[in-house]
Amino acid sequence: MSTGSIDRRGALKLALSAAAGAVAMPFVSRTGLAAEPIKLGSLLDGSGALGLEGKRMIETTEYAVDLLNKAGGLLGRPIQLIAYDTQSSMQLYTQYAQQLALKDKVDVIQGGITSASREAIRPIFGRSRTLYFYNTQYEGGVCDRNVFCTGSTPAQTVNHIVDYALKHWGKKAYIIAADYNYGHITASWMTKFMKDGGGSVLGTDFFPLDVTNFSSAISRIQQAQPDLVLSALVGANHSGFYRQWDAAGMKSKIPVGSSVFGLGDELTTMDPSTTNGIVTCYGWYNNLDTPATKAFVSGMQAKFGADVTDLSELDTATYDGIMLWAEAVKKAGSIERDKVIAALEGGLSIESPTGKVTMDGATHHTIRNTYLAEPENRTWKILATFPDSFPADTAGACDLLKNPRTNKQFTPDLKG
Amino acid sequence: MNPALPARRASALGFAATLALGLAILFGAPHVLDTFGLVQCTGFAALAMFGLSQGFVWGFAGVMSFGQAAFLGLGGYAYAVSVINMGDSSIPVLLSILVPMAFAGLLGYFMFYGRISDAYIGVITLTVSVILFQLVNATSGSQYRIGTAELGGFNGIPAIPALNAPFHPDEPLDFDGIWYAAMGALILVYGFLRAVLAARLGRVIVAIRENEVRAQLIGYDPRLYKLIAFMLAAGVAGLAGCLYANWGGFISPTVFALPMSAQVIIYVLVGGLGTLVGPMLGAVLIQALIIAAGSQTVVDSNLGLGLVLVGFVLLVPQGLLPVARSAALRLVDRVRDPRPGKAADTLATESAR
Amino acid sequence: MDLAGLLAFNVLTGIATLILITLGLGVIYGMMRIINLAHGEFMMLGAYTAVMASGAGVNIWIAMLVLPPLVVGLIGLILERTVIRFLYGRMMDTMLATWGISLGLIGLITTLYGNVVRGVSTPVGSFDIGRYGASLYSLVILVTALSALAAMFLLLRFTKFGLILRATMQNPRMAAALGVQPSRIYMATFALGAALAGLAGGVLAPISGVSPAMGAAYIARAFITVLGGGPAIITGTGLASTLFGAINELVSFKTTPVIGDVALLTAAILLIRVLPQGITGRYLRRSL
Repeated sequence: MSTGSIDRRGALKLALSAAAGAVAMPFVSRTGLAAEPIKLGSLLDGSGALGLEGKRMIETTEYAVDLLNKAGGLLGRPIQLIAYDTQSSMQLYTQYAQQLALKDKVDVIQGGITSASREAIRPIFGRSRTLYFYNTQYEGGVCDRNVFCTGSTPAQTVNHIVDYALKHWGKKAYIIAADYNYGHITASWMTKFMKDGGGSVLGTDFFPLDVTNFSSAISRIQQAQPDLVLSALVGANHSGFYRQWDAAGMKSKIPVGSSVFGLGDELTTMDPSTTNGIVTCYGWYNNLDTPATKAFVSGMQAKFGADVTDLSELDTATYDGIMLWAEAVKKAGSIERDKVIAALEGGLSIESPTGKVTMDGATHHTIRNTYLAEPENRTWKILATFPDSFPADTAGACDLLKNPRTNKQFTPDLKG
Repeated sequence: MNPALPARRASALGFAATLALGLAILFGAPHVLDTFGLVQCTGFAALAMFGLSQGFVWGFAGVMSFGQAAFLGLGGYAYAVSVINMGDSSIPVLLSILVPMAFAGLLGYFMFYGRISDAYIGVITLTVSVILFQLVNATSGSQYRIGTAELGGFNGIPAIPALNAPFHPDEPLDFDGIWYAAMGALILVYGFLRAVLAARLGRVIVAIRENEVRAQLIGYDPRLYKLIAFMLAAGVAGLAGCLYANWGGFISPTVFALPMSAQVIIYVLVGGLGTLVGPMLGAVLIQALIIAAGSQTVVDSNLGLGLVLVGFVLLVPQGLLPVARSAALRLVDRVRDPRPGKAADTLATESAR
Repeated sequence: MDLAGLLAFNVLTGIATLILITLGLGVIYGMMRIINLAHGEFMMLGAYTAVMASGAGVNIWIAMLVLPPLVVGLIGLILERTVIRFLYGRMMDTMLATWGISLGLIGLITTLYGNVVRGVSTPVGSFDIGRYGASLYSLVILVTALSALAAMFLLLRFTKFGLILRATMQNPRMAAALGVQPSRIYMATFALGAALAGLAGGVLAPISGVSPAMGAAYIARAFITVLGGGPAIITGTGLASTLFGAINELVSFKTTPVIGDVALLTAAILLIRVLPQGITGRYLRRSL
């Protein structure tokens, strides 16, 4: 009991120092009550197909805003969180994005989970000139002065999975991916990394997010006889693949690497026999042996209950997005969009659960640690650490310092 | 005295009142509402037109289309793809009406001339919309493109250019302009459908709904008239799709999906089957309910929608508008004539269908 | 050769799955002419029953094969008494009401258990066809589907209850005149159909994710198969499932599951265009 409370206090202290930096104004929130609040808008799926992932991200958003407010808010003003549940519906993303931008007139927006949702709302915030943070590991390449992406991208993660696979499993891969832009672009990166490493890809199949029956897909894979399977399957329905793969006895025959597996609650809801050994690579794992990670996890558990055991990079990236923005506001001394962007482009860093996270001004992506890990009996076994990974994929095409008017998503060129 | 006379007069009165109200909203809204409210109302107008389409084909032609979303989606995609290719929005608006009509022509010919019974028509239209959803949903990847427009699969098409002044692509409409276009179009389509129903064509369509065999014996081909009604409704749904795409500047395969077809049926049922104003009213009401449900997390919005649907089927199968209207007429009647009036009842049963 | 074996096995599994998801709907439609749009949600409830029960420590086989039909049958009974029975003879209204029930059930389960995907693990392992692996659980599906079909046949053909059911279906007034209460029979039929849907949900739970909205994935397929099958419940369901299931599996294997689904639905629409009364409306009309 007593150790628990020490942990919690330690967590709070650490988080506070991370949030507030050197500025210690513990009583500002009391005196600053009269001040007009700064509005932080959040658009995340608390229900629907992505509700599982979104629920924790929503909690993280509340947690981070709480931390900031406890530390006295920003610029002497409290932060008001305006959050909408987009219910995994693109129509509601459009609806609420317009509401946040035009009616609530928020100062910053943090949110979006799937790449589809990001691409639906990005133009709306571009038009209304509302600063937007996208806090999810994703396929990379977004190059837009108004948008900052804090999650890891393929050059920081997928290449490590492919390297591991080429070294330990073999040269012939079969790729299965979700049928939308994330899956397509990630599959392209997988193909590129395989070929760069001297391997080959025997086949690539795409599955819409509502597919649950993978029996024909498993037969196709067996027919092709690959050495390994690379998966970019997304969401709850697709988790059926791993169950059916295990049920067909394929688990022991062909190893699997995945770019999204385990970001939800797969580790707690699936049998260890199904999950063990699926190699993944993310910017954070919830059992990293660092004080900051322990502080974050115990802080979240203190606020939302002890069953918060499935935190993932999606959550720390959300935390990073809010803290990077807060740091930039402090540095700029203003919440004006252009001043905050200038501060962020100046190479801002924060200490996050994953370690040091630095905003790369040219790409608006983060330089961060990434880790390779596989599930082992419901926890993650860390296989390797890659410190200060650079978002080389986006950087290959995007330089917002030189060309601030760029506004598009670059996709990998497979011809090279 | 002809008992239908007061009803007809009331109907003409209702038409005039609706038009006046519509025009008042059209010109009043931009002065009363802020930008966000106006954008919101533009969305309502688009969905109200979608409700109009279902209300016409189901309420007046008696064709139970369970897949009206197919035409909404086709219209939206036709607009998006063609406006991205052409730049100017004038022809794309026409295409958004014509493409769904042509598709409805083929599908309708297939169904109505194939002796397929009413319930089966419901399931076939539903299945067709599911097929379209799955096909469009599977068009991710840059190989699926029409001209310069990538279909985008599950992601849909973002950043669709808005309407512009006819044949002046460099003068795109602002939020106010799109509102005037959407609401104006809604009023025009409403007037158009009223005119159709008042004309011989409409009377034959309703007669076939009432008694198909008798209409056939008199010499009308029910298949042809059902086909015409089905195509008209598809065109209206397509235009609604075009407005819908303009509202968010975005369209995705979910416009084809089952919830969309379900919603529009609920609009009609709640507003009033067999009326044109009812479905529009229902659209605004239900849509407001869905949006309100999104800002709370205690109860899932589907639960509310489901209860509304079951409740209306069991308790108010004729919908809100006819109930309100017959209540009002009864009241008027009672003021004029102390004996219980027959006219109101005639109307009530007439619109209950 | 091994591949052909695997493929044949997959086709059989596909057919069995289609039979399972269609049978309950077919019973309700065949007997009562009600298109039950809540069928997918009845399956969902069955799947939830299986997940909850196995989570609570109930033997997995009981959780999958016994409890779901009982629980969902009971729910079907309650819904029939409270909603459906007021709408007999109003086909469109029953369709709408069952659609409302479908939305309501999705909402209810989401509110109670959250919109998350659960799953149970398959209780059996795998076996090899030549050098290919296949899931033993497919055999469970196959056996369950055939047993359900056979049980329905025996029930309708050889029991007094089955006789009364068929009589009521053919001529409710005559049956009523002979002392049968049609409303009782309709109640039993609806509960039976719901129970079959529950069974399908329970059996399919281990191979698909279990979530509030899972029913939507099955609904179009189940309908079109019932309509394609025509008025004879057992023969119709069996024949249509065989035809469409085979088309679906083979096309899926050659292309993608999406195209497979589209092929199934398109084939069914074409079939209904050629045979508006379904297969058994034209052939084998005297079958069950």
